[in-house]
Amino acid sequence: MTDSSTPAVDIENAAKRYGDFTAIKSMSLSIRDNEFFTLLGPSGCGKTTLLRMIAGFEDVTEGAIFLFGSEIEQLPPNKRPVNTVFQNYALFPHMTILENVSFGLEMQGNSRVDAHKRAGEMLELVQLSEFAQRKPAQLSGGQQQRVALARALAPSPRVLLLDEPLSALDLKLRKAMQIELKHLQRETGITFIFVTHDQEEALTMSDRIAVMSAGELQQLGEPRDVYERPRNRFVADFIGDTNLLEVAITDIADNLASCHVQGGHQIQCGASEGVSKGMTAHLSVRPERLLLSAAPAEEGSLRASVKENIFVGTDITTLLTLDGGPDLTVRTSNSARGAARVFDPGADVFVTVEAGAARLLIN
Amino acid sequence: MAGGGVHASSGPVAETYARARHQLLIPAWAVLLIFVAVPVAMMLIYSFLTKEFRGGVIWEFSLAAYDQFFFDRGLFGDEPPKFEWTYVTIFWRSIWQAGLATILSLLIGFPTAYFIATRPEKTRAIWLFLVTIPYWVNLLIRTVSMKFLLRDQGPMNDALLALGVLEEPLRIINTNLAVQLGLFYSYLPFMVLPIYAAVERYNFTYSEAAADLYASKWATLRRVVLPVVKPGVIAGCILVFVPSLGAFLAPDLLGGAKNFMIGSLIEEQFKGNAGNWPFGAAASMILLTLVIIVLLISTTQQRKTREPG
Ligand SMILES: Nc1ncnc2c1ncn2[C@@H]1O[C@H](COP(=O)(O)OP(=O)(O)OP(=O)(O)O)[C@@H](O)[C@H]1O
Ligand SMILES: [Mg+2]
Repeated sequence: MTDSSTPAVDIENAAKRYGDFTAIKSMSLSIRDNEFFTLLGPSGCGKTTLLRMIAGFEDVTEGAIFLFGSEIEQLPPNKRPVNTVFQNYALFPHMTILENVSFGLEMQGNSRVDAHKRAGEMLELVQLSEFAQRKPAQLSGGQQQRVALARALAPSPRVLLLDEPLSALDLKLRKAMQIELKHLQRETGITFIFVTHDQEEALTMSDRIAVMSAGELQQLGEPRDVYERPRNRFVADFIGDTNLLEVAITDIADNLASCHVQGGHQIQCGASEGVSKGMTAHLSVRPERLLLSAAPAEEGSLRASVKENIFVGTDITTLLTLDGGPDLTVRTSNSARGAARVFDPGADVFVTVEAGAARLLIN
Repeated sequence: MAGGGVHASSGPVAETYARARHQLLIPAWAVLLIFVAVPVAMMLIYSFLTKEFRGGVIWEFSLAAYDQFFFDRGLFGDEPPKFEWTYVTIFWRSIWQAGLATILSLLIGFPTAYFIATRPEKTRAIWLFLVTIPYWVNLLIRTVSMKFLLRDQGPMNDALLALGVLEEPLRIINTNLAVQLGLFYSYLPFMVLPIYAAVERYNFTYSEAAADLYASKWATLRRVVLPVVKPGVIAGCILVFVPSLGAFLAPDLLGGAKNFMIGSLIEEQFKGNAGNWPFGAAASMILLTLVIIVLLISTTQQRKTREPG
């Protein structure tokens, strides 16, 4: 066993270029052992490319990747203790489910009998024992996905790579699989590197998230951290819903910045590093951290008028326009409806930013 | 069976569809009838007729052709019949030669097809074109050129001697090997094209998945690539084996008198005045039966790979 402080995967200044095109720009990140790690980013940002570099299907143009402390550039895919759940599953069409799952075990040198026995146990784990003798084409998408998972887990890899494994499933099955995957990761203790472009999925499942955009790492942190303290506009916008307001910094005192919003509104917020008086920046406020009231609150409120209310089941989303300024979105929990008033379109209201909720972003 | 559910249901809509389907198939049936059923029926009938000495037949039922093929002393004579090995030997040799030519084609054709199918999409057409170029030339001319190439004093031997690879010229012409090479060269594209089509459709993430699951390159080829493209391989083998079995140009020109094959035997029966039409027809029928057996075996093989265990 390696000492637990050795990262499972260590990516050091790794870059990937296809001709002139740079898919991954010099990236460094460390993935801990036993971690549920998520690569999150919009389509085309290089998530699959990075996974393929770890698995060994793409070579690294620059920099290096270490697996449990050892450089793996020279190792072909079949020598890396890493297994992949492919985006399209890539189940062998001519083999039965059982043969699919035992393939890796046989290739590792186990006898066919042993391999089949262990494969049977894996199928039990993903609750597909009754389908052992079927061919992949005879299973539903969700079942195939579980076979792919069982196949990748059977040889007990040290790192499991999952490339958007849930994207083909319907919402309900997807939610169920998210929980199952999370359990499986805890039980097996295998390091999961999970790729998704669904921020909600990333937030619910991960120990840590790496947010990527255009081949670059934007932010690395725990879900809560990334959600509440986005480092830049891209992250704030990509993770969850947010109000992004263009502001001018009029004053900084006691680490508190006074921000001027178009229309003559003032918002106070914690000054982050690099903020200076006179600069323009962006303010990010989550819709659920704005409060509506009929009268101004003591700590200062902004005047606005209601444009529309949208009922979204658990919440009510209210669209407003700040007087003489930009639009805002406010989300009110439906359960709090008795307390928080719902204002009709056209009504004049006051908006209060919850203490500590606004975040100043300089890029 | 795909679409089986549609036909199983009855009712006016299903009936209209069924009728339209049958009507649309009329041209296909007509072609099959005129170009397959009628000639085969003629051949079958001729094989049971009596031979006319200057070619042609007398319309009188006879088993003489089959008798001549299998038995030495007539089946209907006074003495007990004795099995005739001459023609069976020719058949056996043909199967053997065609089989070896097929294996040779497969050994060369598979890597070729795989190579072409894994080139960038734009260059594939060029490679395929290169493979088919020789086939724009008539088979007879190609076979004669092959004979010229392989001759004891031909360019191949000259080159090998000049390079010092050989001390003595290779005597290939008039051997079984020459026939196999000739057949191989005659039908190679029929091996390459179906395998190419199968490999081109092959999803290479399967190979990645295999490598990901610790399979070596060889294991990936054997356990994943080959089984998945097997239908193309079988099709290629049939397309080379069947015409090789009945070929007569390559055996005649490259193999000489000793290396006679069924094709030549049949051809002779219909050539000039010395022929024996019923015997030629009988030999053809026996060849056809062999081919059908090969096809039946291969289709059951194909079905086995497709149907779930
Ligand atoms: N073989 C290749 N040659 C050239 N460019 C490539 C190649 N493979 C990927 N790319 C490019 O690299 C970028 C990253 O691709 P990648 O597949 O990693 O994206 P992704 O983040 O996985 O996107 P998605 O969420 O859509 O799967 C894309 O712009 C893509 O066009
Ligand atoms: Mg991808």
